[in-house]
Amino acid sequence: MQRHLISAADLTRDDAVLILDTAEEMARVADRPIKKLPTLRGRTVVNLFFEDSTRTRISFEAAEKRLSADVINFTAKGSSVSKGESLKDTAQTLEAMGVDAVVIRHGASGAPYRLANSGWIDAAVINAGDGTHQHPTQALLDAFTMRRRLVGRDAGLGQDLAGRRITLVGDILHSRVARSNVDLLHTLGAEVTLVAPPTLVPVGVETWPCEVSYDLDSTLAKSDAVMLLRVQRERMNAAFFPTEREYSRRYGLDGDRMARMPEHAIVMHPGPMVRGMEITAGVADSDRCTAIEQVANGVSIRMAVLYLLLGGNEPAVTHTRTTEEK
Amino acid sequence: MSKILIRGAKVLGGEPQDVLIDGQTIAEVGVGLSDEGAEVVEAAGKVLLPGLVDLHTHLREPGREDSETVLTGTRAAASGGYTAVFAMANTFPVADTAGVVEQVYRLGREHGYCDVQPIGAVTVGLEGRKLAELGAMYESAAGVTVFSDDGKCVDDAVIMRRALEYVKAFGGVVAQHAQEPRLTEGAQMNEGVVSAELGLGGWPAVAEESIIARDVLLAEHVGSRVHICHLSTAGSVEIVRWAKSRGIDVTAEVTPHHLLLTDELVRSYNPVYKVNPPLRTERDVLALREALADGTIDIVATDHAPHPHEDKDCEWAAAAMGMVGLETALSVVQETMVDTGLLDWAGVADRMSVKPAGIGRARGHGRPVSAGEPANLTLVDTAYRGPVEPAGFASRSRNTPYEGRELPGRVTHTWLRGKATLVDGKLT
Repeated sequence: MQRHLISAADLTRDDAVLILDTAEEMARVADRPIKKLPTLRGRTVVNLFFEDSTRTRISFEAAEKRLSADVINFTAKGSSVSKGESLKDTAQTLEAMGVDAVVIRHGASGAPYRLANSGWIDAAVINAGDGTHQHPTQALLDAFTMRRRLVGRDAGLGQDLAGRRITLVGDILHSRVARSNVDLLHTLGAEVTLVAPPTLVPVGVETWPCEVSYDLDSTLAKSDAVMLLRVQRERMNAAFFPTEREYSRRYGLDGDRMARMPEHAIVMHPGPMVRGMEITAGVADSDRCTAIEQVANGVSIRMAVLYLLLGGNEPAVTHTRTTEEK
Repeated sequence: MSKILIRGAKVLGGEPQDVLIDGQTIAEVGVGLSDEGAEVVEAAGKVLLPGLVDLHTHLREPGREDSETVLTGTRAAASGGYTAVFAMANTFPVADTAGVVEQVYRLGREHGYCDVQPIGAVTVGLEGRKLAELGAMYESAAGVTVFSDDGKCVDDAVIMRRALEYVKAFGGVVAQHAQEPRLTEGAQMNEGVVSAELGLGGWPAVAEESIIARDVLLAEHVGSRVHICHLSTAGSVEIVRWAKSRGIDVTAEVTPHHLLLTDELVRSYNPVYKVNPPLRTERDVLALREALADGTIDIVATDHAPHPHEDKDCEWAAAAMGMVGLETALSVVQETMVDTGLLDWAGVADRMSVKPAGIGRARGHGRPVSAGEPANLTLVDTAYRGPVEPAGFASRSRNTPYEGRELPGRVTHTWLRGKATLVDGKLT
């Protein structure tokens, strides 16, 4: 494992499988009466959020607290940042207070990379989403969810997603979730297809390790998972598509389309969902939709990432030992 | 002023000759000239060029003296071998009146490191709506003949047409910053494979090419000349080549950085590589070199764009666009054009002195190195090779993309009308 987690593309197959396996261990903690591990006791983690994202911040915060870390939440609104303080000064100020890790969400692509590589600070940097670049813990929790559903909770341990066919539908152009998922799913051996109107596919996509299709219906029957990405209504004002209705007719997942998916196939959404746009309420609320599970899995994955980056050699979960360790 | 004998220099890269400067002019060029009464500069092995002329410099004064002033900028110019620079109009206040251009012009004269020829704005406040008083700027003491809204494109086709027509009355030229604004909203880097991966807003080649195509057709229609600033794509080269083949009076410039660097560097998210137009692909770089060699692109211009440290020491999207270039331009041209065999030193003199002086009507610059000509000269140690050290820059800013990079060539001497502005690599 590297010292920072900036991009899903930085993870090897073995790194990724280790994170997923560790997350399974972490998930067991959630089943205990006291959902807490002492692993990061005395370590301080700051959640440095320059962009509003209550869900992601809460997920990280829950993960940090379950690992007994001291947590500082810093949001840009109403802070010195809104008065013109630079990212560098903000980060250095926080580090001066003794921070071991920075979880950063930023609207500018590359901000976490700059933070990790400019010599501004020494703390470990975890990217919680930067602009339209990457959101690696989202990709990890998605892969975790897929492995559980498609391979199995116990059967999945040590396994990747070789041969699984994953379809991502929606605004690929503006999506850090799509970029992270393409990178990670490819590393894990899955076959990825992106589906979107051509306006929402970036120029230069041809070098990505995936297929691109403009036709949702032709991909449904051969998908083990269909992941819908949020499509912001404002996009239609910039002529990315004509109307909300036309978008949902051509690319929205409704009951009829879901019925054409293989029986075992799941429907995923990173949230927040725009019901009636990319997904109908019926599909969102069906058993095949894993949106809520993804949220729960997000905490386990973030615990695993924090533990592996910060926890050093201590075992994450203390098991009752039955044999003498070497 | 005393005499100076430059002994044994390879004039335009040719056979060694002596060049005698007497006062402000070149008195004699030949072999075995007498050094009687002259200060001698031993120049064996070095190349002597006419003083370089930069058609595209940002001196930042008035308004952003924290990044550069006319004094620091012209010292940087002298350090890089330049004897004349054209100062872009995007200052605060904008150089859109006779008053502002005269101030910049006078500051250059007073400091005496390098002639400063102001460029006037095409439109009031660079806003693209109303023509600035182009005639007044021409008639001012600054004698402006080059007009540009650089930094912004004159995107309104009617305004561009009128500007092209209007400046014909006094032999002016409009230098277009070709950037279709709607296609580049939120643009952060070249649109392509790298931008797709990095998630940075794309600046597509077509946004440059479509404006160039329109403007060469406008120039043809109204019989004007047009100059294209910092051309950056292979497609733009094709359009200019086509326009020249039709006899359209178009000239074009390329920056040193577009001859050397590609958008792969943006993977570092280091804003030192953030520039407008953006760094393009390897294919574009090779096309630009070839076009500069065959004359499709007429000149090299630096687009020297100083920025204070804090404007680059930040995340990519928040950073300013631009890089300093005056002190590294000749080295980059040697690296990309001379050492690759694409251009000889006479060609460098043509692209970096003769042609830019011609486009900008800079009197006394870009002249032959021969008796009777103004002694605007630069002497280059072409055998030198070493790392770029921004700490030694004369410019007030350090935003160079070449820090630590090994480049060939070092300007050792510069003379402006016989007065040394740079001696043994040190400013006078």
